Amino acid sequence: MIEMIDVKKTYPNGVIAINGINVKIKPGEFVYVVGPSGAGKSTFIKMMYREEKPTSGNILVNGVSLPSIRNSKVPLFRRNIGMVFQDFKLLQTFTVYENVAFAMEVIEKEPEEIKKRVMEVLDLVGIKHKARMLPSELSGGEQQRVAIARSIVNDPKVVIADEPTGNLDPETSWEIMNIFEEINKRGTTLVMATHNRDIVNNIKRRVIAIESGKIVRDEHRGDYGYEI
Amino acid sequence: MKFRTLLRHFRESFKNIGRNGWMTFASVSAVTVTLTLVGVFLVLMMNLNHIAGNVEKDVEVRAHIDNAANDDDIKAIGKQITEINGIESVIFSPKDEELTNLIDDLGDNGEAFKPFEQDNPLRDVYVIKTKSPQDVIKVAKKIEGFEYIQSVKYGQGYVEKLFSFVNIARNIGIVLIVGLLFTAMFLISNTIKITIVARRKEIEIMRLVGATNTFIRWPFFLEGLWLGVLGSIIPIGLIAVLYYNLYKYAAPQITFKFIDFLPANPFIYQVSAILIVIGAVIGIWGSLMSVRKFLKV
Repeated sequence: MIEMIDVKKTYPNGVIAINGINVKIKPGEFVYVVGPSGAGKSTFIKMMYREEKPTSGNILVNGVSLPSIRNSKVPLFRRNIGMVFQDFKLLQTFTVYENVAFAMEVIEKEPEEIKKRVMEVLDLVGIKHKARMLPSELSGGEQQRVAIARSIVNDPKVVIADEPTGNLDPETSWEIMNIFEEINKRGTTLVMATHNRDIVNNIKRRVIAIESGKIVRDEHRGDYGYEI
Repeated sequence: MKFRTLLRHFRESFKNIGRNGWMTFASVSAVTVTLTLVGVFLVLMMNLNHIAGNVEKDVEVRAHIDNAANDDDIKAIGKQITEINGIESVIFSPKDEELTNLIDDLGDNGEAFKPFEQDNPLRDVYVIKTKSPQDVIKVAKKIEGFEYIQSVKYGQGYVEKLFSFVNIARNIGIVLIVGLLFTAMFLISNTIKITIVARRKEIEIMRLVGATNTFIRWPFFLEGLWLGVLGSIIPIGLIAVLYYNLYKYAAPQITFKFIDFLPANPFIYQVSAILIVIGAVIGIWGSLMSVRKFLKV
């Protein structure tokens, strides 16, 4: 599903973010990516959705070799993966409904199908009653629910989340994690970068720890492993 | 692209105009101000050009024929003149007619010339008009070389000054309009750029959820078009009303021979069409150029 082979990434300013990573993530897995700030976690995640290109090595996602796709084709590749961010990345001038529907409009789905499916996912994340509201009228947790709804509306095989609970209070974080678990149970592969020790230690899944651009630990049902 | 998607882009472009209310207002204002300036200059220049054209039209070459020429010679000269490139019309005016014209032109004083009717001192004349008035000098030079031509007159000295004045006026006008257009493009595209930079996050997010560059561009393209068209409404209205009234009330007051304004009827529509096209082109151009920066093509 996701495979990295000898991946290295050096930024133009000379910073070596990733220094030789080999990893395989199987379909349906739930993987935490942990590590101190500046260890290369973000770069690792960004390379999975082709926001960054590796300097050398190869990355395969859903069978697509990412280094070789052109910039203009990147959006086409992203249609097959869902993405969730710490800052939600919602269109502020679009309503909740429009934000989610937009992901279906860009792939030219039938209007009837869009209406049905958007309400379905909004229901799944528990925000259906606020479909007509703007993101600015929602709390952080609610905005993240909308972002998750948008990430899964096209039934992607992989969902990539970069610190999805980073801006949320603990209670809301648990609610969001419940949604992620639910999505993963339906067979979607989930890769989640996080700093949240409680979550990693309580919902036990595969843990990949990155330090200084290398994988230093890869455990089947691991702990967060860092002191806060 | 599916037709439904095209409709979606239209819908979306209209919605965006409303969603970005103040930004729309700023862009439309920029278009309005510059197009008003461009429009006023356009009206001035086109009328000036029209007046200059009228003056030029009165320029003609008069070739006086020597009395030694017989009828056949005169005919041959006429044929030779017709063969010169760029000639519009050649009219033969016999010396009797010339004298009658002279007497008529001078009015009461013309009586003094009556006695000459018995022994006419004037010459037969070919009156020549060229297709392009500025060819007059060239044509005159050619005719001077023909046989039996006594003299060629086209208002020497005066015509050269007129032409150089008209040419300078035209060039200044063109430079002004082109300069103004560039200023307009710069101002408008900059305003649009600012409104789009404010929306760069929006473009980023669109790319994240899988929108292709074409898909992102369409609504911006249409928005640019609407901004341009909206911005041209006030200038068009203003210029149409002002020019119509100027033509109807002010123009008849001016009785100077050459000063004659372009008729309001086709002219207002022409200027409106030009302004709308300029507005639309600049709007689209400004919008697409600004989006380009954020598309990572």
